[in-house]
Amino acid sequence: MASGSAIIALPLPETVCIHLSQHLGAPANPLVNKGDQVRTGQLIAASTGFVSANIHSPVSGVVQKIEPAPDATGYPRPAIWIEVKGDEWVEGIDRSDDLIKPNGISREDIIDRIREMGIVGLGGATFPTHVKVSVPKGKKAGLLIINGVECEPFLTSDHRLMLEKSDEILTGITLLMRALEVEKAIIGIERNKPDAIDILGRLAAKYTGISVCPLKVKYPQGGEKQLIKAVTGREVPSLGLPIDVGVVVQNVGTAFAVYEAVLKNKPLVERVVTVTGKKLSKPSNFLVRIGTPVSKLIEAAGGLPDGSGKVINGGPMMGKALPLLGVPVTKGTSGIVVMPVTESLRQPVMNCIRCSRCNQACPMGLEPYLLMSLGEAKRWDDMESARTLDCMECGSCSYTCPSHRPLLDYIRVGKANVNRLIKARKS
Amino acid sequence: MSSNDLLTVSHSPHVHGSESVQKIMYRVLFAMVPAFAVSLIFFGLGALIVTGVAVISCMAFEYLIARFLMKVKPTLWDGSAAVTGVLLAFNIPSNLPVWMIVVGSLVAIGVAKMSFGGLGKNPFNPALAGRVFLLVSFPVQMTSWPKAIESRFAYLDATTGATPLGILKEGLKNGQPLADLMKDIPEYSQMFLGNMSGSLGEISALALLIGGLYMLWKKVITWHTPVSILGTVVVFTGLLWLINPDKYADPVFHLFAGGIMLGAIFMATDMVTSPMTPVGQIIFGVGIGLITCIIRIFGAYPEGVSFAILIMNAFVPLIDKYIKPKRFGEVKTNG
Repeated sequence: MASGSAIIALPLPETVCIHLSQHLGAPANPLVNKGDQVRTGQLIAASTGFVSANIHSPVSGVVQKIEPAPDATGYPRPAIWIEVKGDEWVEGIDRSDDLIKPNGISREDIIDRIREMGIVGLGGATFPTHVKVSVPKGKKAGLLIINGVECEPFLTSDHRLMLEKSDEILTGITLLMRALEVEKAIIGIERNKPDAIDILGRLAAKYTGISVCPLKVKYPQGGEKQLIKAVTGREVPSLGLPIDVGVVVQNVGTAFAVYEAVLKNKPLVERVVTVTGKKLSKPSNFLVRIGTPVSKLIEAAGGLPDGSGKVINGGPMMGKALPLLGVPVTKGTSGIVVMPVTESLRQPVMNCIRCSRCNQACPMGLEPYLLMSLGEAKRWDDMESARTLDCMECGSCSYTCPSHRPLLDYIRVGKANVNRLIKARKS
Repeated sequence: MSSNDLLTVSHSPHVHGSESVQKIMYRVLFAMVPAFAVSLIFFGLGALIVTGVAVISCMAFEYLIARFLMKVKPTLWDGSAAVTGVLLAFNIPSNLPVWMIVVGSLVAIGVAKMSFGGLGKNPFNPALAGRVFLLVSFPVQMTSWPKAIESRFAYLDATTGATPLGILKEGLKNGQPLADLMKDIPEYSQMFLGNMSGSLGEISALALLIGGLYMLWKKVITWHTPVSILGTVVVFTGLLWLINPDKYADPVFHLFAGGIMLGAIFMATDMVTSPMTPVGQIIFGVGIGLITCIIRIFGAYPEGVSFAILIMNAFVPLIDKYIKPKRFGEVKTNG
């Protein structure tokens, strides 16, 4: 719906709210106090461990307060509130559109810069990027795969970025390759984006070791394990990581952020967010400062249409339904989807008719109908041996169920309980 | 939306494919239209009465039992009771008295389906449970088959004749040579079209195949169960025929005679009572094919499809326990 709309910079809001947990891992530690003047790009919260990330001020202005604010789940979490005044950037940040080429920058410098600039995975999981590019001892990466498969239906932010920032993305990939010490990178793009395949494919010829791999259109092709399988034919072992098959996966948005961080000295203070919905008058792709309230994005896309029933942070398959529209954009917000009220409510649940559609839909080869029965019976041990933990919560089972059974809900409950069992066993 | 309206919050996924139980059941009903049309051509009035009574009584029992015995909201319009009704009718002769059909429907819906918890919970195919109950309770009425075409305007007073499988079974028992018996059997082209005695919905292989192709196209069924059943019948009867063509009928006869097409396409593919995995469905189908052939050729009954399917229904939980889908990441790739 929004794939034809070029990326537009969203005007700055009056106030931003920056959660200290913008990423997977430990929350960052605030470095500013109430009343402090900050500039755009200034470090305002520091990483508190290896798996954590720095946070920079996305605006210039005055720190109003450091108080919890509801995040996408609706629960209040610690956040820094900044009143926006002008847009004064920290010196040394290159905001021009000029393409910079990597000179002889070393592997260590690239990783340091990625860490300093607070880069996290922008596909949605927000795993700190410096952790992902630091390959653990004993493992070796042989291939970098760049995820150009828009992870979810409706979302178009990665697609637009690939069209508009192609050279920047390719340069970012070159930097990531150097950081990982790999000779080869493959960009996986679904065939429904022929323009992106074409432009990146042509430009990639100018860079060494980078190629484009067109992929079949199917959900969840953008799932990390599915993408690796589609590109290389290798299957990441159950409960394993991509590095177990010698692969590291990064999103195209992350590659762009890496380029900006390393060569333009720009921290992660803004990202592309798709705002879409069937009834929305102006579905768009916005370049948004972190901390901007979701309500501002919807306003800019034409306002909440009459008869809206649900607003999703992320995509329709894996996103979270927002309880409030004041929730701010975080580093992981890839899209906002507005659903009409007629499609917001679930249908009545019927008995399982054993049609096997969930089995066929599961990309991990699990048996969702069985997992749900086990979950209803609270048989957590059996759920563990039925490999519940392999589930990545793509939602394909619930999507396909003719009886509208909440398969994934029970699998989630099962995963939590299996994890609890495993933890108890270890201690 | 006004600012007072609350947003809906629920877990992902937030979208649903358009599939529903009703749609699946109505597709099955639609797929049975060709076979029903053929039964109207060959058995006329009787086919209409029997099918009507079976459908109405199955739906009535489903409603009454859900409403008054189980005290739950009846799910009459999901279409599953209507499917059971049509399938029960397809599996009985077109001259069966109304009260017997009602008894058969009660066993199908009441005993085989609702007593296990209703839709999706039954281990055995309800229509077949009803049919087998009728067969063992009223063996005479259940094996007096109206003649095709001749009995078009008759119901209880239809002229009856033997089915091709009956002719063969009886004749071979009396020591008649197979070649003589085959003369009493309609030509294969006529059998393929459905011009022979038999249960009202089983006669036309052509009509059943059309329905089967429709269900394959609409993804109601997969090929695994029907192909493995029919394949097993061809291989098994084919081997015996090659060994001694004077004693054993050829595989084409076995494919077109009796209820194997109806069983393979509509009965064994019932999703509730068949295995979940393709490999499981093939094991299930091979089992049905083997048991059918053994009963047909060596057993007391001329036909054995119903028994074969019910017996294999009992194995479904076991098959599903041991035959699992291929899990992602099961193959060790880093070894």
